[in-house]
Amino acid sequence: MLRALLLILSVVAIAHAELCKPDAQNAFKVRISIKTALGDNAYAWDANEEYLFKAMVAFAMRRYSSKSATQISNVLLCNVTDRVSFWFVVTDSSKNVTTVPGSEVEAAIRMNRNRINNAFLLSDKTLQFLKITSTLSPPVDPPTPVWLIVFGVVLCLIVAGIVFLIVSGIQKHKKKNKEPTERENLEEKVEVTLENGIPCEALDLKAGHINGVFAADDDRFTSL
Amino acid sequence: MEKSRPLWDNPLQFVFACISYAVGLGNVWRFPYLCQMYGGGGFLIPYLIMLIAEGMPLLYLELAVGQRMRQGSIGAWKIISPYLCGVGVASVVVSFFLSMYYNVINAWAFWYLFHSFQDPLPWATCPLNSNRTGYEEECEKTSSTQYFWYRQTLNISPALEASGSVQWEQALCLTLAWLVVYLCILRGTASTGKVVYVTASLPYCVLIIYLIRGLTLHGAVNGLIYMFTPKLEQLSNPKTWISAATQIFFSLGLGFGSLIAFASYNEPSNNCQRHAIIVSLINSTTSIFASIVTFSIYGFKATFNYESCINKVILLLLNAFDLEEGSLTADNLNEMKDYLMATYPQEYAQLAPQIKNCSLEAELDTAVQGTGLAFIVYSEAIKNMEVPQLYSVLYFFMLLMLGIGSMLGNTAAILTPLTDSRVIASRFPKEVISGVVCFMNCIIGLIFTMEAGNYWFDIFNDYAATLSLLLIVLVETIAVCYIYGIRRFEKDLYTMIGCKPNWYWKIMWAFVSPLLIISLFIFYLTDYILTGTLQYQAWDATQDDSISG
Repeated sequence: MLRALLLILSVVAIAHAELCKPDAQNAFKVRISIKTALGDNAYAWDANEEYLFKAMVAFAMRRYSSKSATQISNVLLCNVTDRVSFWFVVTDSSKNVTTVPGSEVEAAIRMNRNRINNAFLLSDKTLQFLKITSTLSPPVDPPTPVWLIVFGVVLCLIVAGIVFLIVSGIQKHKKKNKEPTERENLEEKVEVTLENGIPCEALDLKAGHINGVFAADDDRFTSL
Repeated sequence: MEKSRPLWDNPLQFVFACISYAVGLGNVWRFPYLCQMYGGGGFLIPYLIMLIAEGMPLLYLELAVGQRMRQGSIGAWKIISPYLCGVGVASVVVSFFLSMYYNVINAWAFWYLFHSFQDPLPWATCPLNSNRTGYEEECEKTSSTQYFWYRQTLNISPALEASGSVQWEQALCLTLAWLVVYLCILRGTASTGKVVYVTASLPYCVLIIYLIRGLTLHGAVNGLIYMFTPKLEQLSNPKTWISAATQIFFSLGLGFGSLIAFASYNEPSNNCQRHAIIVSLINSTTSIFASIVTFSIYGFKATFNYESCINKVILLLLNAFDLEEGSLTADNLNEMKDYLMATYPQEYAQLAPQIKNCSLEAELDTAVQGTGLAFIVYSEAIKNMEVPQLYSVLYFFMLLMLGIGSMLGNTAAILTPLTDSRVIASRFPKEVISGVVCFMNCIIGLIFTMEAGNYWFDIFNDYAATLSLLLIVLVETIAVCYIYGIRRFEKDLYTMIGCKPNWYWKIMWAFVSPLLIISLFIFYLTDYILTGTLQYQAWDATQDDSISG
């Protein structure tokens, strides 16, 4: 009786060893980086965590194909390293010595990736299933690009400024045309100020213009 | 009755206008590059010598000519000698070329500024590819900041011949940039005088904020040490001196006619000698200040990249050999690499091509100038800071202020001769002339918003102004010293300011500066002739790197 039991157990163990080994068919490698994710709050990876992992995979398989009755014992882990990385396979509950096709496992894990990650407080980057690519979440895209809104605001301000300046310029121009005498007085004042500020002989200023040709000519004639 | 010439409200506006014009993007993106290439702290020696030999004298000369003649560049040179009005026309044409392509930089600054109001910044991560399993391939091969610049901003084509279409987003930004310039120059000195208070002082506020932020960044000290260790052997390289002379020359914006235009709106008794010294000193000090900021940013970026590289190598080794997390650190990496190489020679040999040799010096050595520095390196550094949106907004706003300040000078150089000429000014008011000039420039500037626009931009940037300006300033100096006569010029300055220029100014004007310019001119001519077919750097989307074309 005992011998028979031992024989069955060893057969099962060997079968399991053959099913779960690195690069076996339908086996997946998992890599976990707990310290990177959690820093000081990192937990140690021990047999309990492995149990949880098996439970999560079984849960994922159950959710994916609702008729399947995957047990925790159907999930086999092997080659656990210090990195923390290991291989796992899911055996078929109905036929004991075969593994569930890799595509099914992949689809199941993809569907439940979020739940699995959260169970371990990890993310897609720190809990890696090496052959299963994760779908990256797209960035939030607002209906109107933000830059157009800011552009519109600035554009309106600038155009308003230009229109205001042009309109006030036109109004000032109209006022000037209506009162020519005041303009004359203003110009005389300007002349007076200029003449007061500068020694008058050297610069012949007339309404702000220097007749440079004459000044040049004078010098030339004097030197002769 | 002729209208009296508009004047600056006070001398401070004039000084600010000159500072705003002279302190431009070149101080931020060209000087740090030159410093790095030509000997670090040692580059300051030729730089300061050239400042004294050609910078200050030529600046004083242009300001004095403008203030004395009280006309734009065409009118001023016509007064000096009727045969010389060609010099004025040449200045206007060069200014026109510059304003055509320079405002595109402001358009790019607007684009980045508007995109800074998002979280996360759009250049921080690569966009996803079509089936959302990974990132865009082009972006993966380079970095997200380069992808944002080359693909999403410029949408660059592979070669100059493949012009592509006008990018409507860039065209919009360019139109906005020209509207802003129009708003500032609309009323002539009345509006420009108020705007330059902002465009001259704001960049300094931002630079100070960045200095404080930059110096407190992790790894900034590496960049500063790298910059300031003088490599004095570079002083024997003639290129160092030529670059110093060229940088001073172009940084002050001589020969465009802008300085003459600004000075023509001065009171005749304005002390332009003092202002010339102040402006040139502030310009050079700003260059040095900006390069301190740039090098702390470089140091931060290089350290960040170096540490990322080391972390990648560590992760690669951890994953390949299934070692425990935390067993490999930056400190024991080299010993562990030797140990692994000895214990698992075969697997290590397989991995070897992927293991990069991370070097901090190699990261610091990547010298970048121009738009690459301003838009790629800085945005890469900004995305890694805390509250990146704030720093991004500040930085691109500063670039905008610098660019608009220089544009004000350029447009003043074009508009002052136009408004001085009685033929045009009597028929059209100032606003219409400014509007027409801005509109024409905007339409022509649409070339630079096409897919191949950046290549056109590089061509214009490198070749549009260099030789012409050297020639213009050479003729200017010779005209004032020898045709107009240095004694007459002395007398004019005495009447205006009240003191005669001393022997330093006279020697520089009459001998040193013209000789320097002639040697620069000869150097550049021979350089162009010897180079033969000119080359440009193209962006290869398949390899995602620049290739020469």
